[in-house]
Amino acid sequence: MSAAAVLPDVVPTRVRAHARRETVRLLARSPTFVIGTLIVLWWVFCAFFGASIAPHDPDAGTASTLVAPSGHFLLGTDTLGRDVLSRVLAGARSILTIAPAATALALIAGTSIGLVTGYMSGWVDDVVSRLTEALLAIPLIVLAVTIVVAVGHSTFSLILVVAVLFTPLVARTVRAAVLAERDLDYVPAARLRGERSWYVMFVEILPNVTGPIIVEGTVRLGYAVFTVAGLSFLGFGVQPPTADWAADISTNYGLITSGNYWWTVLFPAIAIASLVIAINMIADGITQVLER
Amino acid sequence: MSAPAPDGARALEIEDLDVIYRVRGSDREVLRGVSFSIGAGEAYGLVGESGCGKSTTALAVVRYLPRNGRVRAGSIRLAGEEVLALSRDGLRRMRADRLGMVYQNPADALNPSLKIGLQVAEVFRVRGVARGEALDRARDALVRVQIADPGQVLGRYPHQLSGGMQQRVVIAMALAKDPALLILDEPTTGLDATVEAEVLDLIAALQADFNTAVLFISHNLGVIRKMCERVGVLYAGTMVEEGPVETILHDPRHPYTVGLIRCIPRGGARKDRGRLDSIPGFLPTPGERPPGCIFAARCAMAEEICTEVAPAMHRTSERHGSRCHFHERARELPRATAAELGETLAVDRSGDPLVRLDDVARVFNQSGQHIHALAGVSAAIWPGETLGLVGESGSGKTTLARTLLGIVAPTRGTIELEGRTLPPLAKRTQEDVRRLQIVFQNPDSALNRRHQVRRILLRALRKLGDLSGARAEERLHALVAEVRLADRYLTARPSQLSGGLKQRVAIARAFAGSPSLVVCDEPTSALDVSVQAAILNLLVELQVKERVAYLFISHDLGVVRYISDRIAVLYLGRVMELGPADVVFSGPHHPYTEALLSAVPTIDGGGRERIRLAGEIPSAAEPPRGCVFHTRCHRKLGAVCEEQEPPLVEAEGGHLMRCHIPIEELRRVQLQEPDAIAAGVAGTADEPARGDGAPA
Repeated sequence: MSAAAVLPDVVPTRVRAHARRETVRLLARSPTFVIGTLIVLWWVFCAFFGASIAPHDPDAGTASTLVAPSGHFLLGTDTLGRDVLSRVLAGARSILTIAPAATALALIAGTSIGLVTGYMSGWVDDVVSRLTEALLAIPLIVLAVTIVVAVGHSTFSLILVVAVLFTPLVARTVRAAVLAERDLDYVPAARLRGERSWYVMFVEILPNVTGPIIVEGTVRLGYAVFTVAGLSFLGFGVQPPTADWAADISTNYGLITSGNYWWTVLFPAIAIASLVIAINMIADGITQVLER
Repeated sequence: MSAPAPDGARALEIEDLDVIYRVRGSDREVLRGVSFSIGAGEAYGLVGESGCGKSTTALAVVRYLPRNGRVRAGSIRLAGEEVLALSRDGLRRMRADRLGMVYQNPADALNPSLKIGLQVAEVFRVRGVARGEALDRARDALVRVQIADPGQVLGRYPHQLSGGMQQRVVIAMALAKDPALLILDEPTTGLDATVEAEVLDLIAALQADFNTAVLFISHNLGVIRKMCERVGVLYAGTMVEEGPVETILHDPRHPYTVGLIRCIPRGGARKDRGRLDSIPGFLPTPGERPPGCIFAARCAMAEEICTEVAPAMHRTSERHGSRCHFHERARELPRATAAELGETLAVDRSGDPLVRLDDVARVFNQSGQHIHALAGVSAAIWPGETLGLVGESGSGKTTLARTLLGIVAPTRGTIELEGRTLPPLAKRTQEDVRRLQIVFQNPDSALNRRHQVRRILLRALRKLGDLSGARAEERLHALVAEVRLADRYLTARPSQLSGGLKQRVAIARAFAGSPSLVVCDEPTSALDVSVQAAILNLLVELQVKERVAYLFISHDLGVVRYISDRIAVLYLGRVMELGPADVVFSGPHHPYTEALLSAVPTIDGGGRERIRLAGEIPSAAEPPRGCVFHTRCHRKLGAVCEEQEPPLVEAEGGHLMRCHIPIEELRRVQLQEPDAIAAGVAGTADEPARGDGAPA
């Protein structure tokens, strides 16, 4: 019997933590990631239960209009006498529905396009890449407004618009990751056992590019919140009287100059900012851990 | 060698050095009690397998350990000065003035966005030399490393230079300051044999000129033998043996050294004459410290005392020491792998070949240039035989393999499998796909790191063996047993396996559908020698059992000779010589083969006079007219070589050659010139496998 036969069995098994467990452990130790997650979780909680924990009815007007923050109305009231705190809590729902849904759509479409263009190369890659670049060349807000006007106002059209805008960006990132993977020998090895292209792309390559996709997805989510808020501010998003941070800013920003009613604008703005920053903190944390 | 200089004059003295790395909250000892010293002008080699602490030693000397590493105990004195006690500024001065370092990959050592001139001049600028003068001295430094046109090289960026040229520049920078100690960490590992030989010659010449002390780190005993007077053998962070190189190679006194030397295929070792020996087991994990001898777990001679008492460094002679209780009989170490072969496979070439390549050419278009990667290669492989493929990088070895497999379509010519012409991969039947498989060079890249071993192999069984369910499961266990993998590795992912185990998985995958031919693309070049020996034994065993043919690509001529029945030598996409392995190695050979063979440093034999090839391999975009080798040929006849390309003709039974010189003339000049009488890798076929260094 050759010595090779005894080789594997005399080795003490090397105990190595599973890579995924290690990643989770490192994330849990990253303050950026933990703080970001806590803030996001808070807003997700509000998206579900904001209206129930709100001290007042967010949509019902009262006689006490434009009351400054006080004991009864912690963050004050707006022109219609609605409680700003309640509207901030309830307003999480619309943005936390639209932004993640749009991001998810963009990730699915972008990943597929990125995999195909990166793997196929040649003319498929050239054509699709030029098309996406053409799309990226048009100013984002102009494109968004045009599509919303063409498709019509609805939550769904808003999701679609943001997804369409972000798909080429995701595709570009995925394509770059796939190009690096395609040079590794496991790809020709798969082809040399007669695998079809879709199998090589989705079963062999895709699991190896999840890192960049997760990072890109988190970054995109931050921008999606931004874009959705921007469109709502311009009046292309959620329609009044539904509580929505950006729509509320849009309704009230005139009051900053006409009177000193800063609370009507400041608190929804802080909500948007905190959500975007928190998501970016999560993205930073993930990037640091995945690229260690 | 000169007698040890007085204490203060030693270039480097390391005493009882302990280095630890802190990994996940616990300290792991990577070097323990390492002591050695290097005299002024002496070249000292450190040898050992990966993970034994060679590079850590070098990093500790320059105090450049990674963040989690520190020196726990010991002392490092550079020209009498304690390195570990230096202040921040003192350390900077020491690195700037007295130490030169050359690492494995020259491309990493050079800044890609700065011109060479600026980078070399910086070595002088940092020591306070004015700008203009620094540039002049940079030019002189390049002249010293024999760069033909230093003015031009100074104005170039690193990527515009070849690997050998880049390494010369790095050596020029390291030597520019006339250092007290030059540290070379695997300086030629990434280079071709002919370039390696040139760089080693250069280092040796410079070392003699400048009388610089050298710490030479390498996994290659042949290179160490060529470059160093004394050598230390490291095993798992412990210096197990130390002494003059020739003594260590021919009278090793530690079982690890004995095993290491036996693993190397050399002399006339061939697969049909005996198996290679191997070292059983694995390197202990860093930090694992048995109370006794560190090597006891893998040592076939270990007795009770070995697991209880750590042996001291026994002096076997004034300059030779071994850390073994039984050093006087270490050479009697029983073989780990029986030398006897069960059965051998006789190749029958009277029938039709399995695969026939007919005038296969491939041209790549690269930014408007036509790269002739293959220029009409014809060869045949019979069932059950190994065709070895050798040549420098850029000779077309990999393109040939990929064309055969169908990954690359030929521009001209045909590939036949049992008489049928094969189309490119996408159009092949699943049956043809099954019959031609590959084992890649780097198992890290060849195995999907997200898939478990089990999934990788089951998928191969399904696609190549058309097996699923219980039958696939059954075959899976047989398959892993065949490549000597334990079942428990089935649930592991590739990153959890060592290099050798990964390569076994890759081999199992290739054999899943009982292929007829497996391309082995440098399958052992990423592995340590002891692992290499086990993998080569496995490949030979599988070949006998499955009657599989191999197309075996390697730059290691000893390995190629061991495993091949016939060998093809490629140069610029052309077969220059093709013949039975023994004939190609023992000669008469093509002048190019002759040069390749002479370039390899060996661990036995006096070695032949090295043939210096002029210049570098010409670009495949503009191959020279006439014989493509005439620009570098040391046996060029004259105008005929420049004008007419010689045909590949059968010079004698089964031995093909592409040369204008008649074979009888080659035989006369190569085998009868006194300095060309070969030994080492090119030794005669009947030279014993454990040659004692006497030229044949």
